[in-house]
Amino acid sequence: MSLWTAVLVAAAIAFGLKLAGHLVPAHLLGAPRVRRITAALPIALLAALVATQAFTGPGGSFVLDARAAAVGVAIVALLLRAPFIVVVVLGAATAALLRALGWA
Amino acid sequence: MTATADPGARRAVVRQSLSVGVATGAYGISFGALAVAAGLDTWQAMALSLLMFTGGSQFAFVGIIANGLHAAPAAIAASSMLGIRNGLYALELTHLLGVRGTRRVAAAHLTIDESTAVAVAQDDQRTSRLGFWLTGFTVFALWNLSTLVGTLIGTHVGDPRTYGLDAAACAAFTALLWPRLRNRDAVAIAVVGAVVAVLLSPTVPPGIPVVAAAAASLLAWRTPTREQA
Repeated sequence: MSLWTAVLVAAAIAFGLKLAGHLVPAHLLGAPRVRRITAALPIALLAALVATQAFTGPGGSFVLDARAAAVGVAIVALLLRAPFIVVVVLGAATAALLRALGWA
Repeated sequence: MTATADPGARRAVVRQSLSVGVATGAYGISFGALAVAAGLDTWQAMALSLLMFTGGSQFAFVGIIANGLHAAPAAIAASSMLGIRNGLYALELTHLLGVRGTRRVAAAHLTIDESTAVAVAQDDQRTSRLGFWLTGFTVFALWNLSTLVGTLIGTHVGDPRTYGLDAAACAAFTALLWPRLRNRDAVAIAVVGAVVAVLLSPTVPPGIPVVAAAAASLLAWRTPTREQA
């Protein structure tokens, strides 16, 4: 397999997966229970994504480092009703500072 | 959900879309640099950002292909497993966006973590749609531009983690999820999803933990409809 083949096959599969979800017939997703589940899907997936991005290291092991501290600071900022951009900047600044100090 | 949107909500979603786009775009430099280091040329790195257009899958693909062409099947498998969640996002987005034909193909291509997160963070359907398209196009433009820059300047800008950009992404997704966590059921779904993914991470291939966490959404099966809009 050439590198180009690998790039194009992987890209085609990625697009196919995205399109497949959009092509599921609406009547299959119309029932109230199914609607509640599909509405809950992004919540479950994004929470899982944040958790794996913030709390796992190489090999998938559980770690608490600058990223976890950043999420903690973000949650405090959200509880204090800080605007979106402030939450994001505080998260980045927390991690950057802790790393610059060599603490995490 | 209603079909109206007040100007304040529109301004807020524009700010969210642009902030998410800028943060993600900055990461494209790192992707471009890593792709070149892994042995791809600029065109191949650009093909991934233009055609695959899903960051997690792209990083996994170049990370594995760096071991040589014999690793190509593993690289394709890893990027595909990480891409499954986009198909699951699409199940909800297709309902939210209500698009047909060519626009559905465009919506599919822009179906990624960031556009989904901004779309579902909004209270009404019009703002959701605006958030999806604006975030999708902003991330697409900046991700591709910064991939190109990354392939040209390589690793001279250093590790994006130095600037806390990985943590910025975590904070942004947390902030986008936040307004959805208004009732106990949503909190339970988020917590179960997060715990399942973290517990599975050491033992199963990347991508699978997040997809397995989708099972947490089944908790919504028995929920009586007492959702507030």
